[in-house]
Amino acid sequence: MSTETNNTPQVVAPRTLFEKVWQQHVVAEPAGEPTILYIDLQLVHEVTSPQAFDGLRLAGRKLRRPDRHIATVDHNVPTTSVQDRLVIADQISNAQVNALRKNCAEFGIEFFDVQAAEQGIVHMIGPELGATKPGMTIVCGDSHTSTHGAFGALAFGIGTSEVEHVMATQTLPQSKPKTFRINVEGELPYGVTAKDIILDIIGRIGTDGATGYVVEYAGSAIRALSMEGRMTICNMSIEAGARAGMIAPDETTFNYLKGRRFVPKGEAWDLAVQNWASLVSDEGATFDRELHIDATKLAPSVTWGTSPGMVTTIDSTVPSIDDAPSEADKKSFSRALEYMDLKPGTKIEDINVDAVFLGSCTNARIEDLRAAAKIVDGYHVATTVRAMVVPGSQSVKHQAEEEGLDLVFKSAGFEWREPGCSMCLGMNPDILQPGERCASTSNRNFEGRQGRGGRTHLLSPAMAAAAAITGHLTDVRNWKFHSKVS
Amino acid sequence: MTPINIITSIAAPLPFPNIDTDQIIPKQFLKRIERTGYGDFLFFDWRYDLETPDHVSERKDFVLNKPEYKGAEILIAEKNFGCGSSREHAAWAINQYGFRAVIAPSFADIFFSNAGKNGIILCRLTDDEVATLLKLCTENPQHKLTINLEAQTVTDEQGFSAHFDMDPFRKHCLLNGLDDIGLTLLHEDELDSYETKHNEEFWVAPKALTTT
Repeated sequence: MSTETNNTPQVVAPRTLFEKVWQQHVVAEPAGEPTILYIDLQLVHEVTSPQAFDGLRLAGRKLRRPDRHIATVDHNVPTTSVQDRLVIADQISNAQVNALRKNCAEFGIEFFDVQAAEQGIVHMIGPELGATKPGMTIVCGDSHTSTHGAFGALAFGIGTSEVEHVMATQTLPQSKPKTFRINVEGELPYGVTAKDIILDIIGRIGTDGATGYVVEYAGSAIRALSMEGRMTICNMSIEAGARAGMIAPDETTFNYLKGRRFVPKGEAWDLAVQNWASLVSDEGATFDRELHIDATKLAPSVTWGTSPGMVTTIDSTVPSIDDAPSEADKKSFSRALEYMDLKPGTKIEDINVDAVFLGSCTNARIEDLRAAAKIVDGYHVATTVRAMVVPGSQSVKHQAEEEGLDLVFKSAGFEWREPGCSMCLGMNPDILQPGERCASTSNRNFEGRQGRGGRTHLLSPAMAAAAAITGHLTDVRNWKFHSKVS
Repeated sequence: MTPINIITSIAAPLPFPNIDTDQIIPKQFLKRIERTGYGDFLFFDWRYDLETPDHVSERKDFVLNKPEYKGAEILIAEKNFGCGSSREHAAWAINQYGFRAVIAPSFADIFFSNAGKNGIILCRLTDDEVATLLKLCTENPQHKLTINLEAQTVTDEQGFSAHFDMDPFRKHCLLNGLDDIGLTLLHEDELDSYETKHNEEFWVAPKALTTT
């Protein structure tokens, strides 16, 4: 080592947004072991937590930081009436919700029960409360925890053993993922939304295309999105296999957060914003992988198969087995076509639907409901279609009712429901019947996801709304009532 | 967690890519609050026909229902096994059914982590190696494979031999049946001092208490 004095200022290597957040949370780096990463917030829901609480009790361990936990109920709760929600008819569901009530009381976790004004899908309420903030590490026993990355947080889904680990230590052992930047540049064409961007990305890179990576979404098309749109994109990162998705915080982020319940106020707010504003990938920071997408070339996306990567555009046709990218995929294509009861070459617009589901942590925010209501306004759901709107949270439901959106939906023949995960995964009574086909704003079109034998087509809220009115998958760009859509 | 090293067993072939956790264990079984009893529900929708809502019958053509594959402790599948939801119930179901290892070209991230916490060995082999094993174990259900975790190999008695990569720490934990929480708590002093400093960083606290 040189003993001469080095007068040049220390140059810090450019870092990515992910690396900044990661480094700020390193508790220890034991040799030959994963990094011990500090977790700022764990969100808890009824499905993946009871065995974790039991584990703590069995081991005689305390929950280290109750103040860094927030809990609510979402997966199991019926969406029909408040009465149905307080005591759930399905006794196993009811026992699971009761277990969460008891566990939160015992371990001192703030819990938003079904009747609370703050209740909603766990990934809705974190941002709504301002509990989700830039630069945080956030986990939850739910793969769609990636949603919170829209705020520049490092947020990822974990299993129940890991939930218990965080409860006991407020940390997780983590191997450092690789970095992947996806640049989406240009202005989105009319009728194309955040949902179409992420479905297009998954279609390009595949459902394992980002496995082992944290994805940063960047570019002018991403910057132009609202927080709602950014959450939709980050939400589905897991559908491409990514550990997490992130978007650098900016004025849009700060404006969304300002004044929310758990956000600093006054001078503390200014200081917080100063800190958050530094959370951008530095000029010259390198990524393990990069992808460029021209937003101006995108079209509304619809899935045709049983994996989110089996996606095409609304103006195309059902692919054939020969279109599969690999031999292994040919089998999946064949199986998916059979399960979905679709013939290659069929126009996507000619596919009739029996049900429309507007909901889920992907697309049940106020902006999603507004976009759908604009399409629906003045028209009626096709006689062959059962359509429902399930707002993602009490807050969204309340806001929508203030704006009169509930009346637009109800007079068009939609069911207007109470908040929860609902038909995204059908853990509550909202399920498809075997053979039923659904246009859904949710995130997974796996076999049986929305009900055994049910067939799911993923699409944007505006596209779902249009399908509800016409009774078949419909190109919202050619919507006959064009002038009504902004 | 029980220590694990060598498994010699017949293997059940499931020749599909992207087998998601909804297929491994459907949502209706996620309502239970127990950690055990999931083995009967493994691959439920593929394994059973619903005669009535309360009565099921086994699908004779599904691999796990074929008598020749009973007792298999190894499952072989194609790429991206375990994609989808974070439900650890998928790992519980695989483990509690009796599988000790899964061989595939790749695994989804969260499932990979969950499997490790439940003492399941995940062997990442190449596409060609997996194709070979799928063929061998389909043509001859009695074809036995040996997985040696210490040596990181999959072999058979006819000369097949493949090496799989594994993170040394994960291997150490599997071989010794170590509990992750206990390992982290060895670093409690570092955690305490990190946390004291980190508590001041209110801009990343979940609940701001400042009212100035």
